[in-house]
Amino acid sequence: MADTPTEYIKHHLTNLTYGKVPAGTVRCDGSITQADQWVLARCGEEMNAMGFWAFHVDSLFFSGLMGIVFLGLFLWVARRASAGVPSGFSNFVEVVVEFVDGLVRDTFHGKSKLIAPLALTTFCWVFIMSSIKLLPVDTAWGLQVLFGLEYLKLVPTVDPNITLAMSFSVLFMIIGFAITHKGIGGFIGDLTLHPFEVSNPIGKILFIPINFVLEFVALMAKPVSLGLRLFGNMFAGEFVFILLAAMLGYWQFVGAVPWAIFHLLVIPLQSFIFMILTIVYLSMASEQH
Amino acid sequence: MNINATLLGQVIWFALFVWFCMKFVWPPIIGALTERKQKIADGLNAADRAARDLELAQAKASSNLHEAKEKAAEIIEAANRRANQILDEAKANAKAEGDRLVAKAQAEIEQEINQAREQLRKEVSALALQGAEQVLGAEVNRDAHKQLLEQLAAEL
Repeated sequence: MADTPTEYIKHHLTNLTYGKVPAGTVRCDGSITQADQWVLARCGEEMNAMGFWAFHVDSLFFSGLMGIVFLGLFLWVARRASAGVPSGFSNFVEVVVEFVDGLVRDTFHGKSKLIAPLALTTFCWVFIMSSIKLLPVDTAWGLQVLFGLEYLKLVPTVDPNITLAMSFSVLFMIIGFAITHKGIGGFIGDLTLHPFEVSNPIGKILFIPINFVLEFVALMAKPVSLGLRLFGNMFAGEFVFILLAAMLGYWQFVGAVPWAIFHLLVIPLQSFIFMILTIVYLSMASEQH
Repeated sequence: MNINATLLGQVIWFALFVWFCMKFVWPPIIGALTERKQKIADGLNAADRAARDLELAQAKASSNLHEAKEKAAEIIEAANRRANQILDEAKANAKAEGDRLVAKAQAEIEQEINQAREQLRKEVSALALQGAEQVLGAEVNRDAHKQLLEQLAAEL
């Protein structure tokens, strides 16, 4: 464990990273690599040397695990789903499913087999991933020592890679929906013929680059804001937990408990926002102006 | 805060989970919910229908009851009438029988009186003859005085 609060915080915010160190990198123990090597990073310098080809093993592991937990629970219910009298956990799952289904029906007016399960998955998955945050921050440290790892960060949504990967997947779906509903021409028209609409052909052509810049920024702003909003909220929350742990030690619960209670509100809210914006973006993409 | 290949891994997870949810989780649950909704709607309809049927049945039952009551009253009335009739008939019969019996008895009495009178007459004539014989001390010729005796008997 790190000694100073700064190091403690930094350590808690660093992911367990597996990546390729190129030949000639100075390793943490001072040795120099002879060839390209795939390793678990043991310090910041190695991580920087890895560049893009690195994976946050902990984020991917816990996001996958939580996804499996979510799908496992829901699949368990789905296997037993019948038109009879529901009970216990089935009730809860059915309430969630009905809630998401109602939202999708209200917001998305087209017909799509994808959008409702997508909304359910984003909502529940983000919710469960973010809920790990409610564990005391040093659970991560305990697990890290238990498995002999250098770093460990439990909450996947505190990793921008995770949230941005999801939001950019949504961007691909936005483009896909736009193309399937309006055709490629319609999609390109959306990008180039708005917001400035001119009736004469010359003006139209003149405005195409301006329109494109504006619309492209608007299009890219959707996934970036979607991903960064979730990341920002979760990071801020986690940061406060870590700060409390760093400053107060065993007395952290004095601040951490109220903050956790507050997060009982924040986590569902952020999951909900992520889901509803996904639905709204996709319905915007599939509707004519 | 590095942006790296974790992105790709998470995109794969995301696609996988969404696909799995779309394939195996969503359809059975939403299917069950829809089916249950239909079932409840059917049940409510059936309940409404049953309530209507019950109302109809009750109305029918009460009308039947009413009819039956009327019929029963009619029957009782008819029975009463018939009973009275029978009673009257029996009374008339009995009276007639009584009258007949009385008449018969009177006739018999009359006949017996006549018989007795006849007998008496005969005996009186004999007694009178005997008395006269004794008084006269001689035999009276019955045939000679027959007319006289018969006259006497007729006067009795």
